[in-house]
Amino acid sequence: MWDYCGHSLEVAQLRGATYADVRVMHMRQRDLTTKNGQVGTLGQCESIGLGIRVVANGAWGFASTDKMTREGVAACAAHAVAIARASALAKKENVHLAPEGVYVDSWQGPGKKDPFEIPLETQLELLLAADAAMRKVKGVTLSETDMQFRKIDTWFASSAGSKIHQRRTMSGCGIVATSFKGDGIQKRSYPNSFGGQHILGGYELIESLDLVGNAPRIGEEVVALHAAAQCPEKVGTVILGGSQLGLQIHESVGHPIELDRVLGQEANFAGTSFLTLDKLNNLKYAASNVNVVADAREIHGPGLGTFAYDDEGVPAQCIDVIKDGEFRGYLSNRETAHLVGLQRSGGTMRTEGWNRLPMIRMTNVSILPGTWAFEDLIADTDDGILMETNRSWSIDDRRYQFQFSTEIAWDIKGGKKARMLKNPSYSGITTEFWNSCDAVCDAEHWVLWGTPNCGKGQPMQTMGTGHGASPARFRDVRIGAAFSNE
Amino acid sequence: MSAKPTTGKSLKNAAEVKAQLRPERELRKIVDTVLRLGKAAGIKETEVQVDEGIDALTRFANNAIHQHVAEHGLNVSIRTMVDGRTARVTTNRIDEDSLKAALEGSVSLAASQPNNPHLLPLLGKQKYRNVNRFIRATAALSAEERARAVKAACDLADRKGQVAAGIFASGQSQSILVNSRGLIAAYRQTQAEFSITMQQGSASSWAKANAADVRQFDTKALSQTASRKAEMAQNPVELTPGRYSVILEPAATLDLVGFLFYDFAATAVRDKRSCLADRMGKPLFGANISITDDVYHPEQLGPAFDGEGVPRQQVLLVDKGVPKNLVYSRRSAKEAGRKPTGHGFPLPNEHGEAPMNLVIGGGKTSLVEMIASTERGLLVTRLWYIREVDPYEKIMTGMTRDGLFLVEKGKITKAARNFRFNQSVLEMLRKVESLSHSHRASGEEAFEMVVPAMKVGEFHFSEVTKF
Repeated sequence: MWDYCGHSLEVAQLRGATYADVRVMHMRQRDLTTKNGQVGTLGQCESIGLGIRVVANGAWGFASTDKMTREGVAACAAHAVAIARASALAKKENVHLAPEGVYVDSWQGPGKKDPFEIPLETQLELLLAADAAMRKVKGVTLSETDMQFRKIDTWFASSAGSKIHQRRTMSGCGIVATSFKGDGIQKRSYPNSFGGQHILGGYELIESLDLVGNAPRIGEEVVALHAAAQCPEKVGTVILGGSQLGLQIHESVGHPIELDRVLGQEANFAGTSFLTLDKLNNLKYAASNVNVVADAREIHGPGLGTFAYDDEGVPAQCIDVIKDGEFRGYLSNRETAHLVGLQRSGGTMRTEGWNRLPMIRMTNVSILPGTWAFEDLIADTDDGILMETNRSWSIDDRRYQFQFSTEIAWDIKGGKKARMLKNPSYSGITTEFWNSCDAVCDAEHWVLWGTPNCGKGQPMQTMGTGHGASPARFRDVRIGAAFSNE
Repeated sequence: MSAKPTTGKSLKNAAEVKAQLRPERELRKIVDTVLRLGKAAGIKETEVQVDEGIDALTRFANNAIHQHVAEHGLNVSIRTMVDGRTARVTTNRIDEDSLKAALEGSVSLAASQPNNPHLLPLLGKQKYRNVNRFIRATAALSAEERARAVKAACDLADRKGQVAAGIFASGQSQSILVNSRGLIAAYRQTQAEFSITMQQGSASSWAKANAADVRQFDTKALSQTASRKAEMAQNPVELTPGRYSVILEPAATLDLVGFLFYDFAATAVRDKRSCLADRMGKPLFGANISITDDVYHPEQLGPAFDGEGVPRQQVLLVDKGVPKNLVYSRRSAKEAGRKPTGHGFPLPNEHGEAPMNLVIGGGKTSLVEMIASTERGLLVTRLWYIREVDPYEKIMTGMTRDGLFLVEKGKITKAARNFRFNQSVLEMLRKVESLSHSHRASGEEAFEMVVPAMKVGEFHFSEVTKF
């Protein structure tokens, strides 16, 4: 693979590129699903190719190919340079990259059991058992399960001399029970909705989650939701479960801090950000007990945003995003770092695959654990609503106004978990919401959740991101607007 | 794999990629190799699909090109059936050893699961209607031509004191689906897309078009529309959330009503996850709402066959407000005692089928007439981040974006701050007061469809944002 990398870099430079970096990626994926006791999707795919990014005439060009031959990668490199020259027709200034070291390294992500080495029969047997356990509950009208495994080898090389190989294996799974009754459809998922939990790791994740053991509970809860009281519409206290808080972080912290959004580069599609450059070190983003980091290092945990180097060859880093409630940092790359006074990139350039351009993406954007035991938090809440497991999410294109709904909720009355509520939702303005946080649970309840489906860019790229979170409490939140008729 | 060393001279002269799809005979050669290997291995039923795509996209922001990409890829997807079991393996490696490994992988995956009593044998040879959606002018569009069009848009923004962001994309693709029972289905198409957001201060507006033929849209006109509306979007007033008459431009109609598409899948209704469960044949929408799935509509794209090779049928889904028909894969058709409609996804999958070429019947009221007839209401350019809040009442939430305008006494009077909506699509389609002609529209949430602009009564906005 290094030969293909080197060959394409040589061609690019001889064609006039002043900088080039190249990624050869070998990607493997296995997808399994079941539905109502039958195998649904059962497939594997494999893809290998090369993508090269160049600067010529002071502008960017990118081309990719799956023709892994000497001629194929040379033609691809030449094409990238031709595209860069066309880009120069509509440039305002030359591309400027922050300095970065040269690295020759090889790294393999964490993982104990290679999921591709686990017999398929074992995997399907587990999913079918969980599927059956959900359907044993009377009133469950649809049972679904899924597993997904990915293994990506990346060979990165740059015209500056870096040569980095990384192997990342990702595993994920989840189960969903749906119940239709008369005038409504309810859904419960475990361990999370929209595909379950995903990590940078192996089959040990699946074995740790006890899908079969949790299936009856999920089934019973979804049936019970039909008879549950409607979540009231009011302003009050909300306690969010960890996975929902993870998505709240993703949408209302992770996306607004992407510098490409802030600079208007996503204005046509994913949107911009309310976090204009003047707000850096000058905004009370959240309450003082809130600390958020963007941490791609392995020490942070096996997240979907964990790596050793990003896709422009910058080592993984930990960045303070919110420190004691104050806004402290953006996600940056080599091109944008200088705009926020940084000497080097924050190392957040990531690509979906060999055929896509790396762009600024979240790594693991996590709230650091607080001090509360979950039981103490409930006991300390006189009147509130505990909401768990996301059902829908939406936020405006500058990341101010959001609305989330969850699958299930419970009243908290007098410090105790009380009746179940259906159709819960909450909404608000990002900074007002985060400033209303008065409690974050401790490390015992902190989980590094994986969001495998973050979409951004044109052409669209789907990326996995990590979000460490534990349950947290928010005051004076608008509740129930999603089902309001007013 | 390794690359041979080469000289500087040959490197400098290396041929540039001339983006061109392979001749169909090369795809047939790949398919024939797989079928031959399958036969030699004693596999009775083998299906092969080859997809090739060439895509390029010029992306601009802050009145300059900042990303500019091209890709060329080919995938071979192999499905085998062994003793009532099936599985799929996809690869982009097309040497014989890799194809053999993929074929064997498919057999191995298939064999590892329980027998599926619902699995049907592969389909035999079929006849398809010819659809011509490959336009040379689109296929030939170069990076430089896209860059020049983008430069013109950026120059307009510069002249107006505005900031432009967007894309100009073009591409070509082909697919061939062949199986061991003699089915052969092939399709080629081109696609071009231009999308632009013009920003003026904190206001913005947007325009977008997508077609097989790049000559069917005018990038200058789209840029001017976005520019003019960005100017109109200055100084938005904050209105009180509540129920308003709204005029949804086609992109807004598309992105909201497009969320209904999977509800018309027979599998979704059988699984009782569709909003049409227990509602078929009963009046559900206004009498002015009719919806058809029609891949043969001249403004649509896509092949005349589905994932199993079944010829696509035109299906009347909603007739004058009454949901009349669903779409069926071969399996869901057999279970329902119906004929497949040619809307199945490639197997194996758990979703079944879906209509992918919706055509919502239009009316005769122009957008201008809708505005003129409105005493007080809102004109919606575009919707954003739409998600399902309630699957059975089909309550959707989302935001307005890039141009929300207050209409008073038949005229646009001012811009308004963006609203969040929580609106049942079922209820909305009972309150459609007028419709424009239907045309191919392009948004960001739903795939392209043929839809009208709509004037809707009592649309529900629940909250307002800061801009």
